[in-house]
Amino acid sequence: MTYFSEYNTDGLYDEMFTSDGSPRPAVQLLVERINNFEEGEFIRRQITAEYALLRMGITFNVYADEQGVEKIFPFDLIPRIIDANEWEWIERGLKQRIHALNLFIDDVYHEQKILKDGIIPHEVVLSSERYLEQCIGLDPPRGIWCHITGTDLVRDGDGQIYVLEDNLGCPSGVSYVVENRQLMKRTFPQLFGMYQIQPVEDYPSHLLDMLQYLVSDRVMTPEVALLTPGIYNSAYFEHSFLAQQMGVELVEGRDLVVMDGYLHMRTTKGFQQVDVLYRRINDDFLDPDVFDSESLLGVPGLMDVYKSGRLALINAPGTCVADDKVVCAYVPKIIKYYLNEDIIIPNVPTYMCWEDDDRNYVLEHIEELVIKEANQSGGYGMLIGPHSTKAECEDFIQRIKQNPRNYIAQPTLSLSRVPVLIDDHFEGRHVDLRPFILYGEDIYVLPGGLTRVALKKGSLVVNSSQGGGSKDTWVLSNPF
Amino acid sequence: MLSRVAESIYWMSRYIERAENVARFVDVNLQLLLDQPAGIQAQWDPLVATTGDDALFSDKYGEPTHETVIKFLTFDTENPNSIISCLRAARENARSIRENISSEMWEQINDTYLMVTETPEEWTMTEPHQFFTDIKIASQLFIGQTDNIMSHSEGWHFCQLGRLIERADKTSRIVDVKYFILLPSVVDVDTSYDDIQWGALLHSASAFEMYRRTHGMILPNSVVHFLLLDRDFPRSVLYCLKNAEESLHAISGTPIETFSNPAEQGLGQLHSEFAYAQVDQILNTGLHEFLDAFQTKLNLVGEDIYKTFFALRPVDRISTVSQSQMQ
Repeated sequence: MTYFSEYNTDGLYDEMFTSDGSPRPAVQLLVERINNFEEGEFIRRQITAEYALLRMGITFNVYADEQGVEKIFPFDLIPRIIDANEWEWIERGLKQRIHALNLFIDDVYHEQKILKDGIIPHEVVLSSERYLEQCIGLDPPRGIWCHITGTDLVRDGDGQIYVLEDNLGCPSGVSYVVENRQLMKRTFPQLFGMYQIQPVEDYPSHLLDMLQYLVSDRVMTPEVALLTPGIYNSAYFEHSFLAQQMGVELVEGRDLVVMDGYLHMRTTKGFQQVDVLYRRINDDFLDPDVFDSESLLGVPGLMDVYKSGRLALINAPGTCVADDKVVCAYVPKIIKYYLNEDIIIPNVPTYMCWEDDDRNYVLEHIEELVIKEANQSGGYGMLIGPHSTKAECEDFIQRIKQNPRNYIAQPTLSLSRVPVLIDDHFEGRHVDLRPFILYGEDIYVLPGGLTRVALKKGSLVVNSSQGGGSKDTWVLSNPF
Repeated sequence: MLSRVAESIYWMSRYIERAENVARFVDVNLQLLLDQPAGIQAQWDPLVATTGDDALFSDKYGEPTHETVIKFLTFDTENPNSIISCLRAARENARSIRENISSEMWEQINDTYLMVTETPEEWTMTEPHQFFTDIKIASQLFIGQTDNIMSHSEGWHFCQLGRLIERADKTSRIVDVKYFILLPSVVDVDTSYDDIQWGALLHSASAFEMYRRTHGMILPNSVVHFLLLDRDFPRSVLYCLKNAEESLHAISGTPIETFSNPAEQGLGQLHSEFAYAQVDQILNTGLHEFLDAFQTKLNLVGEDIYKTFFALRPVDRISTVSQSQMQ
């Protein structure tokens, strides 16, 4: 008996196997190699890998009680493999998308041509919670707003890849991409000789290049800092990891102060100027003088320094207007408008509940659809029609009627699956993919990204807060 | 270096040292009890007194017993100076500065904490020696890594400063409490029991063998001299003060014997006091008074370190940000 002899794709799209159960060309070598492992070896290595994660403290906080419950982000040892041709297409599509989104955000906070030309209704943009009036007329350094994006991609049952959402706020997960690769190299060194895999370990270098580029026209040796909400934040490991890998200071709001028109950090030798701030806190918390006055995470006066051009903020405040799920539905039109191109990677088809026809359709077909709030993420504030009770559907019907602008609906996609080690055998589980895109001197896409797996049987929710895990993602250098 | 980072390094180091000291003197006292003549009431009070948390203890447990004292000093999360609380505080501090220390140092602290949380509490009663030895070894491993992996620059000096100030404080407390307990027992003078008790005091500071090589016979005055005034023994108060002073000056860049801030002034004065002290004079004027005054001055140095390096304030915005770590 081999490891995969019992594996069943259940008629769904599987990333590794075709519907007749034979391995796809790019993974054939991998499947053969795994089938040659001795019985029990896979589990043994899986346990070793998980303990290594705990020891290294690669954990996220589930909730902060006295003990501060920390969990490892579950890691599955079988890599997800992406063929070179498919990746070339994904990379092209993401670059196109980020290029257009940046033009859109800049337009929204300046002339609003796209609204005046009637491509997107005014009220859709101006009613977004994430549209910040305080950012009107701002010119971020180098004209870039969305420096870091973690776009979520999913593959439907017919094999087509769609964009689910863009995550322009503070997308997290990239540290797991780098750590997963290192863990794989430690656990299965023998698998790496078989393929030419595009590296991911240089992400921190690309990130630092981008951060320094933003102010390199006016500062010779820019001082970069990474702003974290602190050790109880669920993504604290990532903040610490990125700061360590880039060799920049990891700061909290209390380390920072605005003085003489510049941002400074408190050091043992006095105050030191900061030129670039990669902030991992949301817009609302950045500056209590301008946004949420209760915020202890940010720095009073920060926005004044930013407006005066003496500081680069990553991402630029206000960027998230393009993350609103209703605005997101217009991305095909946005790309057409600014670039005069057709969208390469399509959006998941979206019904906008504020439009009468769409809303009527949604209300009648709610049990087939996925309903999402316009400004929620992390798997919160959503309804998966086919997996919900009548009462839950009824609840969402009421909510949609009360505030149609706040809801969109999408068909329930049958997300593709990958084999995952469950106890002592492999089972199919649904996945998505979050590639990371950096916009600096040019647009860079990290090869692969974070493959998130819904570990619960049949579940379509891959978020770590909802029981998701991850896999190493290999983008091959040569086509098969 | 960020003020907050410097403060966390300083406290990470202090808490590790504190956990080690608690483990050491609990272990020694447990063994000492095995040698106690029958009929003599076991002395649990001094153990609690050494940590300075007597009030908290009596509020919670009343009269000290074997079980309650051990529980209080090892696994009681409500006691901020129990071993588990110290390790947790050290780990939290380390976690907030992971990008500044090496991964090995972080993993060592994380490992130690995980080891203690996975240890069944009853082991402190059934296999106490192994438990306390594990804690001591873990602390020594951490110190070794700090010395051999971390650059001996500003961060390392804050590490040294924290560890040595903590150690000076704990050694002085061990001497204070034990001397107070031991001296009045006139009946025992020159008996083998007396010898064992003074030996236990040395063991509490891991000083027994080194003392033997230096002084031979176990005499109260020599023991006090060794633990307070020895120039070469790394756990004596004088040694700690001298090396803490060197690190403090390495941080500020001010030459030794001059000072640029109150912390340097205070620590320099303390160091001189010990460097030129004589054990007979100390005993004549009263050891307890001498040590009490020392602890107060050392606390002041700690406060001055906080004000000088950790609590930097801009002129126009005064806010009260302070880390409420335990002195």
